[in-house]
Amino acid sequence: MEIFEFGFMIRAFMAGAAVAVIAPLIGIFMVVRRYSLMADTLAHVSLVGVAIGLLTKTYPALWAMAVCTATAVGIEKLRSGGKMYGESAVAIFFWAGIALAVVLISMAKGFNVDLFSFLFGSITTVTDTDLYFIGGLTVVVISVVAVLYRQFFSISFDEEYADSSGISSKTYNMILVVLAAVTISMSIRIVGMLLIGALMVVPVMTAMQLARSFKQTIVMSIGISIVSVMAGLLTSYYFDLASGGTIVLSAIGFFLTATFLKKLTSKYRKMTSAKGGAAGGQ
Amino acid sequence: MESVSRRNREARREAQTRDENMHCIELKDVSFSYDGSTVLENVSLAIAPGDYAGLIGPNGGGKTTLLKIILCLLKPTTGEVWLFGQKASDFGERNRIGYVPQRAVQHENYFPATVEEVVESGRFSQMGLFKFFGSVDRKAVSTAFAITDLENKKKRLIGALSGGERQRVFIARALAAEPDVLILDEPVVGVDAASQERFYSFLKYLNEQLGITIIIVSHDIAVISKEVRSILCLNKNLFTCGYPNHATEKELIDEVYCASVNSLVHRH
Repeated sequence: MEIFEFGFMIRAFMAGAAVAVIAPLIGIFMVVRRYSLMADTLAHVSLVGVAIGLLTKTYPALWAMAVCTATAVGIEKLRSGGKMYGESAVAIFFWAGIALAVVLISMAKGFNVDLFSFLFGSITTVTDTDLYFIGGLTVVVISVVAVLYRQFFSISFDEEYADSSGISSKTYNMILVVLAAVTISMSIRIVGMLLIGALMVVPVMTAMQLARSFKQTIVMSIGISIVSVMAGLLTSYYFDLASGGTIVLSAIGFFLTATFLKKLTSKYRKMTSAKGGAAGGQ
Repeated sequence: MESVSRRNREARREAQTRDENMHCIELKDVSFSYDGSTVLENVSLAIAPGDYAGLIGPNGGGKTTLLKIILCLLKPTTGEVWLFGQKASDFGERNRIGYVPQRAVQHENYFPATVEEVVESGRFSQMGLFKFFGSVDRKAVSTAFAITDLENKKKRLIGALSGGERQRVFIARALAAEPDVLILDEPVVGVDAASQERFYSFLKYLNEQLGITIIIVSHDIAVISKEVRSILCLNKNLFTCGYPNHATEKELIDEVYCASVNSLVHRH
């Protein structure tokens, strides 16, 4: 295929595959913990890091990661202090992030193509440096989740029980949001900061409709995410569209298909059981 | 499964005779204040191994706070908590105290986990970070399934279970950790009479046959006083009421619910 004759496309696919794996891997814990707004907030705050990078002519993704991680820690501290409503605390960071980013961007004399690619994702701009950055962090994120899976599951399912059994929800929550911050800051190159939240949440919601266990939900959501990213990247290349949009649209396409299929099968089950058939017995 | 639980039982009895004088749970002059108001005041209590204690008292009387202090979820403002002869702050074997949270506060309807995954999570806190789920863990989980009679529901999603079944799943999760003490917070709220009866005979089995110490929180004095061996009445202060019988029931209600909260009554 001629598409793979271009170095930038190979880089885009490699980076895309990495992002496709870790976004739902962290996303599932965000979804079941009802932290979806957190993912979006961190993504918007990462704009501050990008702005700093563009302003100082240094590597933006690294700044995005630093700012994102600091924010994640700050939000968790505020939330676990319990003095403020969780949502409002998160929203303040959301607005503060955008406001600060806008000020920094106007200091850097306005919008340019580079900034646009961070907002909506761009496959032509993935550099070798990006690839090393994304690759390295992907290995880190996957390893941490593999080792701490049981702790993450425990605090996600029942925080109070986890605490009572000696698994500190405070500690593992903190690790989880830092992993989310890292995932988001490295994904913005491909999906863009406005839509990375979607890639963390939509494949998980799709899988949750079909899967029969937690582990199955993880595996399935990663599968759906990979296919969405690949389909999105191909569409983006052939029709010259922003990759973030095409990726998330295909993820949402899968979500709608799954919803439709589920409705259909439950209707079919009802019909067969009404006829006295033994079909669909679980 | 029967042989496993019998072996556990024997080991437990042995341990109990070894530390005859050691209480599972001991609170010494525990007080707890939150935002300036006193929730618990000078509460002292001791739970002996093999006990079956009912913790009763009006809403807002501090039952949940007391549980949370025993479970190390809250630190007392003053006073000491001792667990199995160790100070709570030094106590490392948290799996020895199993907790079954109140059903009403669970929100796992859409949580995509199977019953098996939830029960297995009862083992997680005592497993090393880099250890696989081994044969010891698997055995404890299958014993917990057998005791709670949930073997045919293993692969079901937790959200697809009825309230009563879910309650049993949480008991199975606690049992999977092989605890010496089981703490249940209002386990029969909203459960019909027939299921309640079954539930209490199940708890009796855990207590008498498996030697598990039980603390059960309830506001249904009439029912609970027939089931348990000792009753703890809590309304900011602790009214230790010793062994329940019908004659004391009326007095008990008066004392805990109507009496001035500052008069501490001791009756052994």
